[in-house]
Parts: sequence; structure tokens; C-alpha cells
Amino acid sequence: VCFIPGGLDCSISSLSHVLGKVCIHGRQKEILGVLVPRLTDLTKSDCIWQRICWQLVECVPDRWMEAVVLGFVQRAPGADVLSRLLGNLVVKNKKAQFVVTEKMLLLQYGHTTAVLQNLLGYLSLDSLRRTLLLRVLQELLESWSSSSAVKHSPAEQQLYISKAILICLSHLKEPEIESCRQELLTSMMEGVKCHLDSSLPRLRRLGMVVAESISLKLNTEGPVLKFEYEEDDETRELKSLLVQTPSFYVVPSLPDDDRSEKAVAALPLVPESNEKCHTAALVMPDEELDAELDSDDDLIPYDMSEDKELKIKAPMYIRDCIEVLTGSTSEDVDKWEATVKALESLVRRNPAATREVSVELAKILLHLEEKTCTEGFVELRQRAQVAVLTTDPIPVSKYLTSQFYSLNYSLRQRMDILDVLVLAAQELSCPKFHGKTKHSGVQKPCIQLLPGNDSSKGWRRIVDERIKSKTRRFDMGQSRVELASCPNEFNSVAGYFFFPLIQHFDRPLTTFDLLGEDHLVLGRLVHTLAILMYLAVNTVAVTAMGKALLEFVWALRFHTDSYVRQGLLSCISSLLLSVPAERILADMTEELLETQSWLGDVMEKDPDGDCRRLALQNLLLMENLKKKLEAV
Amino acid sequence: MALPPPDPQFVLRGTSAAVHTLHFSCGGPEPDIPLLFSGSENGFIHVWNLKTHRVDTALDGHGRKSVYCVETMSGKDRLLSQGRDQRICLWDLAEGRTSVTDSVFMEHVGFCRCSLLKVAQGRWLMAMAARSLEEVQILELPSKTSVCTLKPEVGAKLGMPMCLKLWQLSCGSQPVLLAGYEDGSVVLWNVSMGKALSQLICHQEPVMSLDFDSEKAKGISGSSEKVLSIWSLNEQQNLQVYKTHELVNAGISDITIRPDKKILATAGWDHRIRIFGWKKLKPLAVLDYHTATVHCVSFSDHSNPRERLLAAGSKDQRISVWSIYAQT
Repeated sequence: VCFIPGGLDCSISSLSHVLGKVCIHGRQKEILGVLVPRLTDLTKSDCIWQRICWQLVECVPDRWMEAVVLGFVQRAPGADVLSRLLGNLVVKNKKAQFVVTEKMLLLQYGHTTAVLQNLLGYLSLDSLRRTLLLRVLQELLESWSSSSAVKHSPAEQQLYISKAILICLSHLKEPEIESCRQELLTSMMEGVKCHLDSSLPRLRRLGMVVAESISLKLNTEGPVLKFEYEEDDETRELKSLLVQTPSFYVVPSLPDDDRSEKAVAALPLVPESNEKCHTAALVMPDEELDAELDSDDDLIPYDMSEDKELKIKAPMYIRDCIEVLTGSTSEDVDKWEATVKALESLVRRNPAATREVSVELAKILLHLEEKTCTEGFVELRQRAQVAVLTTDPIPVSKYLTSQFYSLNYSLRQRMDILDVLVLAAQELSCPKFHGKTKHSGVQKPCIQLLPGNDSSKGWRRIVDERIKSKTRRFDMGQSRVELASCPNEFNSVAGYFFFPLIQHFDRPLTTFDLLGEDHLVLGRLVHTLAILMYLAVNTVAVTAMGKALLEFVWALRFHTDSYVRQGLLSCISSLLLSVPAERILADMTEELLETQSWLGDVMEKDPDGDCRRLALQNLLLMENLKKKLEAV
Repeated sequence: MALPPPDPQFVLRGTSAAVHTLHFSCGGPEPDIPLLFSGSENGFIHVWNLKTHRVDTALDGHGRKSVYCVETMSGKDRLLSQGRDQRICLWDLAEGRTSVTDSVFMEHVGFCRCSLLKVAQGRWLMAMAARSLEEVQILELPSKTSVCTLKPEVGAKLGMPMCLKLWQLSCGSQPVLLAGYEDGSVVLWNVSMGKALSQLICHQEPVMSLDFDSEKAKGISGSSEKVLSIWSLNEQQNLQVYKTHELVNAGISDITIRPDKKILATAGWDHRIRIFGWKKLKPLAVLDYHTATVHCVSFSDHSNPRERLLAAGSKDQRISVWSIYAQT
């Protein structure tokens, strides 16, 4: 296609029509693939070509404008190129404005970061368009800070909006930020609140990163909002968006004085300035001194082999431990610390003695607060609690489950109860390996066992393994070493762990309302029940547990919190895996059919990606079950 | 084969309170009884007779508030004591008297022991912590006039002075003060001019105690961490770190160098007294007798070297007295 430059008034509207028609028919890739690079080159320095290009796009009829604009934004290699190609189209044409400022940002969320950069960069490059940029930012912030959006929109959309916000912020200049400072601040406060309220860690992190970035932009000097969270690729990517390539953040170089401050032995450094009141560097002892007659040789050292680190002795008996832990004497904190460290092993070594005082010990541990800055205090306490629970399961589980629903406990304490129950259940249901409990995966992820942090991944792995083990059983042969078999200790106590937890969930207390505000604890409770169900495989109570669990899930299936829904779906998985197929068929057929239709619904319509995946998994499990029963 | 560490020669009991400070006075001529002064947490200063191993006198001058520093001023007849009642008392103990002749009111509330230096016959300089947080005040005794106040520069953030040592190179020269502070640094001050000559950061934690050997221009400081720091003073009056020594357990309450500069003793929070050779800081012995933190150690000033003793006072209310390396 060749144009005659200079002086001639060509009418390009026919070309615009062609372009529009082609784009609307979905052939954007082909035509723009050729057109855009050509136009990029031509418009680089030639204003006439720029104007021709602008004319071209402006003349596209409104009904095809969207497709054309979308195509250009996606295809342009950079914001400046887009600016050259489209000119002030967004200001002049209403449809284009709608597409760029609202449709692509708020209604769609599938575009890549590069496209976002193009779009927002384009808006920032011209003074006429900058007002649009500010308006876009305001609308994005409104969406980000609305609590219903946070609760109901998919995580991917929220990520998209967060990215857009950060890119906008990176383009804003000082006076613009000043003018909308108040709104930025209000949106940030509201948005942060909604995000932190969410039960999903990914959303919380998104909220934290965006809030930190907004705060950074608002106060460039002075204290900035800083959250503590684990960095991962997503957060790093988000943070990198805040800085545009002509970066103006210079890393301040540390003054030289700081280096030489510490006096470290055996490093020969050149002594620095001899100014007064300056910290001096290390000097190696002069060689000459050694040549002197060493009268120290006359002094013969005594035997110092007994000189070891001072260790505070921990008590040797459980009752002594109880005394130390409940003692009001704040003096002997060393002994208290030593007791806390030694408690777990003492409990395990003296099961008979522990059984005498098990409930008392459980009570003390539940209320134990950190007195000194002991490392790993939370873990030590939890391990001691698990040890007590496994040594004397029935009374202690009765105590703990009753306390879960009692007044005046903090949320943290209630969640601790759930964690301890899960860990103890896992320990009890694990086959003992040579007399010692097989602690394979239990120790390290002590608190992470409840898949609260990384919901679907761990579960899917476990469930997949289970499915695999069920289907390939006849393949295994003799290569597997048989584990020593022994009675399942969890069998006799599974009911004590499970049923009290499920009993009172719908009865609100003054300080604790599972169905109301405390949906985080409800989520954790549901996940706990799923794990307990899973661990109850091969126990006598498993069918009864299954029925109760199914009723429980049915009552809560429309809960608004996606973390709770994920838990409910995990419950169904555990149920399908643990309860023997014959019992499911015999006792729970109608309920299962209803569940199946509910799962289908979830799989199609639930906004949360993890929920949909879990629902699909459950449907597959049900299919397997049916096939197995038909095969019989 | 190294010998096991020796046992204490004797142990003094009877203070009924933790012992915070000790001072020997055994240098007198023959008919004089060698004495050991001890200050305790119950406010009493006990005068121990080292021949009978019993308390000769108990001095009560600090209103039952802990006494944390005791020093003699030219002989055993004049005693200076510092207590938590914010008073420094001067006692007259000649001919059996037990009266407080004078006292200095300290505006500082803390634990920093004062340091005495005899500058002329009947005249002493005393360094003590002053009212303002980082300052040290030098007084002349017995006139109690203030010689100067040593203020660190603004923004130095040294914290409280923790331990002081006044010394002079020889009898007529300028008195100098070494002060260890809460931030772990040791500062050398020129007293007459009132300004700091050098500062060295020796520790990450507060300096608990220090001692200095003016002949070798070397000093040692201990802190609440596991490291002992040895530093030296060069010709330009600058402090430099010479060496550090790592201990088995953290925490040193007191350090003292024996008058003959051959060995030094440290009092540890781990209930142990450690002896080192001063020349190269060679560990010589670990004396493990006490059952609680050792608060103070002190060497005696016997004129006969063979009679020299080391005393250590501890929170377990006992004073252990040792004869160690007395033969050299």
C-alpha cells in the first residue's frame, strides 16, 4: 500500500471502513500485524504520516471502533508508539474513550501487563489525556476499595486491577498526586481494610502491596506504610511496576565511617584517621612484643576442662513442671524457659504420670503465655500440647473441644485448638514405625498442616496420591516394604475429636459467632473437619462421621467466604475417599445425588478458581466411585 | 597433667545479703591486722578481720540501701563508701570509731562505681556519674569542690557511664579518666581540660567493668556479652583494640588486674571467677565455687607477695578468698 505524501488532500475514510470491517470480523491479527509495524516506522519522525494515521483511526465508524482500538492497543510495541498512532483519539471519540478507560480496565481482565503499560502510558503522554488518567485511577481505586468487589470478584481480576493501579501511580507527577491526595488516602484506608479482612492470603498480600505503594507515593519523605508478608514472584512483579524505566530512585551510598566501626579480631586493617573522637580500626599486635621474655610462662594454667556452658536444669517430673509453669514467681525465668523446652519429651517419656494430670496440663498449656523471649515458643507449646493429647486422647479432647466453643478465648487460641487436634489426629492415625511414631511430614509444617495458606495444592497432592494408590493397587507387586501393622489408635478416639466440633457451630456466643464475623475461624474449622475425616479412614466411626459431615456441608454450602467454600469442598473429597464405597451407597445415596448437582453448579459458576477445581475433582471422584461400584 | 583448680583458702559468711563490693587493706605494718571491707545489698559495710575470719565491725550508713562501692583513702582509717541511697559517705575508722565524717549527695541514681585517685598528700580526685544522663563529674576531696564535668558531645548517644577509672601516669602528671558507657564504648578524657581524647567502641553491649595498666598502657573491659576486649593507648593518646577474648558464658560483672600486673581476675555471671595472665591473656584458671553471680573481685595489697589473696563476693552471700599464683 503506497501513499502519495505532500499537499494532497486524500480521503482516507474508505480505508478506515475497510480497516474497521476487517477488525470486527476478527482478523485484527492479520491486518494489524502488517499495518502497525509499517505505520510505526512511517510515523517515527514524519508528522504528516502521524496525522494520516490519526485520520485513519478517527474515521472508523463507531460500531467497529472497539475492535480497532483493542487491536491497536494490543499490538503496539510501546506507549509512545501507541501515542503516535492513535493521537488524541480517546479524547475526540466517545466510543474509543469508553473502550480504553472503562471496558479494558474494569470490565475485562485478561490482558497482559504489557498491554496495560501501553494503555496507561498512552494516557499519560499527552496533557489532554492526563485528565483521563486521573479519572481512570479514581475508578480503579473505587473498585479496589469496594468490599463487595474484594469478596466476590475472582482473584485474577483483582490482580489485574492492582497492576493497573500501580502503573497509574507510576505515571503520576507530584502536583497531580497533591491534587487527589485526599481521595487516594481515603481509598487506601478503605481498600486495605477490605483486603485484610479476606481469608485468602493471596488477596491479603495484594492489598498490602498496593497500600504500601500508595503510601510510598503519598509521602515520599517521612514514615511509609510497611507490611510484613512473604515476598513471592507476584509481589515482586507488582512492585516493579511502580517504577518506570527512567528510574529516579538512586540508592544512597553508605558513608565510609560505618564500615570501620566494629572492632573485629584478627583482621589486619590499615588504621584509619587519627582524628580525635573517631572510632579506630584494629591493629595487629606488634611482632616485637613476642620477642620479649614471656614471664607468663611461669604461670602454669590449671585444669579448665570443667569449664562448660552453664545449663539450667529443667525439672525431671511432670508435676514439678506444672508447678514451675503455674508458679507466680517471676524470678526464676531461666527455669521456666528450661521447663517449656523440656516439657514435650518429659510428657512422652512418662505417659502414666501424664495421664494423671493430663487435663490440668492441657489447661495450663492452652493459657500459657510467653514470659521470656524464647525462640520457637509457639512451636514448643504446640508440640507439648500434641504430646499431652496423644498420651491421653479422650479426656483432653473432651476438654479442648469444649473450650473451643467457650466464652473468652481469643481467635488465635481457638485456632490453636484446631491445629493441635489435627496434629494429634495425624500422629495417632500414623502407623508406628519400629515403636517410634513415624513423624514423616508432621514435624516441619507444624502449623501449615491445615491447608489454610496454600489451600488446593497440598490437598490436591494428597488426594491425587490417594486416587493413584486406589487405582493402581494391583500394579505394585512385592517391591514395597510392608510397614509393621498395629492397631489404629485413632480408631477409638476419632469420634471424640470430631463430633463435639461439629455440634455447636450454629450457636452464637457473645464473643464468638462462627456464622457471623468469625468466618476465618469457620474456614479453619471446616478444613480441620476435612482432615479429621480424611484421617478417620478405616475407623469404625467413619460412616457416622461421613453422614454428619455431609449434613454440615449442606447447611453451609452457599457461604460467601471462598476460603470456607474451599474447606467444604475438601470435606466432600475426604468423605468420598475415607468412607467405604458400600457404605456411601447404602446410607447416603440421596444426599450424594443432591451434592452432585451442587458440585456441578459450583464448577460452572463459582467465582473462585480453586473452588471450581475442587468441585471438578470431587465430581471425578464420584465418577470413579460409580465405576467401581458398577464393576462389582 | 594440669592440676585441678584450687579450693578457696577460706570463705567468709555472715553478710546475710548479696555482696557487691570488696576492698582489701592489708598493707599496714606488722601489728596491724589485715582487713577486708565488704559492701552488701542490705546497706551494711562489714569489716572482716582476716586473721580471725570474723566481722570486726559492721557499718550502717546507707539507710539499708545497697552499698556498691567501697574504697580506702590512705590506710584503713579512712573509708569511702557509695550506696544506692545516692550518698557517698566518708568514714573515720581510727581508734575504733565508726562515724561518717562527711558525705556527698549524688544526683545520679545508678550503679556506676566512683573512682578515686590520690593526687597529693591529703587530696584526692573522685570521678562519679553526674546528674545528667551521660555526664561524669570530677570532685576534689575532701574539699568536695567540682573540678570539672565531662560531657560527651551532643548526639554522641553514649548512654549512662557504667564504670570509671581515674589514673595518672606518674605522680605529677595530668590525671586522665577512662569511662565505659552503656553503648559499649570506652572514652579517654583529659580531666584538666575537660575534653575527650579518644573513643573506642569495644562492645556491642554496655561495658560492665574495666581496668587499666598504666605502665603498659593497656586496658581490659568486660561487658554483658561473651567477649572480653583488650585495648591499648598509643603515644597520641588514642585507644585501639589490641585483642579480644571469647568466653564460654556471657556476662562479666567485674575485672581487676593484680597490682604486680601479672594476672587479672574476672567475676562472671556464670558463677565463675576466671584468672588470666595479663601479658597475653592466657587463660590460667577457672574457679568454680559460688552458686550465684559473682559481683566483685579484688586483689589484696599485702606487702609480702606470698601472702597475697584474691577475694570474690557473690549474690549467694559468700565471700570466697583464694590464694592463687602467689609464688611468682
